[in-house]
Amino acid sequence: MIEVADIHKSFEGHAVLQGVSFQVAKGELLALIGRSGYGKSILLKHVAGLIRPDQGRVLIDGNDLGFLRGKKLEEMRSRFGFVFQNGALFDSLTVFENVAFPLEEKTKFSDHEIKKKVLSILDEVGLSGAENKYPAQISGGMIRRAALARSLVRNPEIMLFDEPTTGLDPVIGHAILNLIDSCHKRFEFTGIIVTHEIPKAFEIVQKVAMLHEGRILIVTPPQGILSSSDPVVHQFITGSIDGPIQYR
Amino acid sequence: MFIRKLGALSLFSLRRTGRMGLFLGQAFIYASTPPFKFFRVLQQIRFIGFQSILVIFLTGAFAGMVLGLQGFYTLNRFGSTGLLGPMVAFSLIRELGPVLSALMVTGRAGSAMTAEIGIMRNTEQIDALKLMGLNPFRYLVVPRLLACIISLPLLSSIFNVVGIFGGYLIGVRLLGVGVGNYFGEMTNYVEMEDVLGGIYKSLCFGVLITWVCCYKGYYTGFGAEGVSKATTQAVVLSSVLICVLDYFLTSILF
Repeated sequence: MIEVADIHKSFEGHAVLQGVSFQVAKGELLALIGRSGYGKSILLKHVAGLIRPDQGRVLIDGNDLGFLRGKKLEEMRSRFGFVFQNGALFDSLTVFENVAFPLEEKTKFSDHEIKKKVLSILDEVGLSGAENKYPAQISGGMIRRAALARSLVRNPEIMLFDEPTTGLDPVIGHAILNLIDSCHKRFEFTGIIVTHEIPKAFEIVQKVAMLHEGRILIVTPPQGILSSSDPVVHQFITGSIDGPIQYR
Repeated sequence: MFIRKLGALSLFSLRRTGRMGLFLGQAFIYASTPPFKFFRVLQQIRFIGFQSILVIFLTGAFAGMVLGLQGFYTLNRFGSTGLLGPMVAFSLIRELGPVLSALMVTGRAGSAMTAEIGIMRNTEQIDALKLMGLNPFRYLVVPRLLACIISLPLLSSIFNVVGIFGGYLIGVRLLGVGVGNYFGEMTNYVEMEDVLGGIYKSLCFGVLITWVCCYKGYYTGFGAEGVSKATTQAVVLSSVLICVLDYFLTSILF
């Protein structure tokens, strides 16, 4: 369903991605791990068609995102749901209005139907009672849940999560991962989750890919990465200071 | 080395100018093709137009009063204070009304446009719009462009009317110019083409303000400092371009 083929991307002469390739099958959830600041979010934005690669292709069901423009690109993007690191909720709208926004703009549902759908999804993500609050009035965990609800309300085929648990306490982080898991099972989307929740995130994904020095070092089921003998993978998973990964 | 730097600077400037041109082109294309967002246009008219009325009223009144005062003392030297009405009207309708109201809108609404769009860019709200399959231009730029095109001529007209009455207050009520002279000479001299010229100017300024301010917000730098710099640049660039464009429009229209 998602195929990333030999993606290269540089910013001001600095190569961030240097030939990234991997695939995600329909209905599969893949965890993308790797060092902070080394291009995971950039890669995710390539998959969403928000950034165009210098070289290489991103294919969604065989359609090259690089060749899509205007209406066709908008239609393709409608198939995506994206949970940003900071939620990216519209700060001038309430939680209810944020979740209702894509339905109002992209569907022909009546106000009554929209209200029903929004309240139902907010209940599902545990945000009943927070409908009339603005993003500035709710906690980080609630913002992520509201962002998840906004993405899921249109029932997207592909979900992309950019560090959905970063900055949250372990309990809320775990709850968010469980919520993603239950939503994945219910909505059966294909997804990529950029995360540092190791090994907790491995319980909810089918595959793990590790990005290292601009390339995918390994793509494997979660058990494979935990038992990997690759020194880079091993150091990253264990969080050890000693090893081939040099921290500056 | 110098040649290389000059070349790099020229290319950079060309790229920026091209990007700005494309930005305006896209805004006009999306403004003229459905789906139209009427409610968003109305919301922006409320913000850019209606909520600017007080500041336009105050600046218009005092601009007219100053014109009345200065005009009276200048015309008095030549014994032609009877022409105070046309002088105030010409100054306001052809120049000060469109220019000052555009500058006021730049300061009040233009800066807000840049800051709002800039913050939306930095907090990935624009990316969120794109990923809903929505076009950010239709939501952020087009409503502001249309609202500015509609609001600016109206604000400028309010400015003119209030300014003329400000001049009346000083010239007629305070300094003793005859009321018949003030308004009578004004109707004798001021032609419809003067009024239309002022309106055309306002329309152009409306496009200019939205173009510069939305562009600066859309391509803002990172963080609070980036947004702050973009807002300053938007206000300064819009204000300078308003004066430059005013000169060229005056030489073409009148």
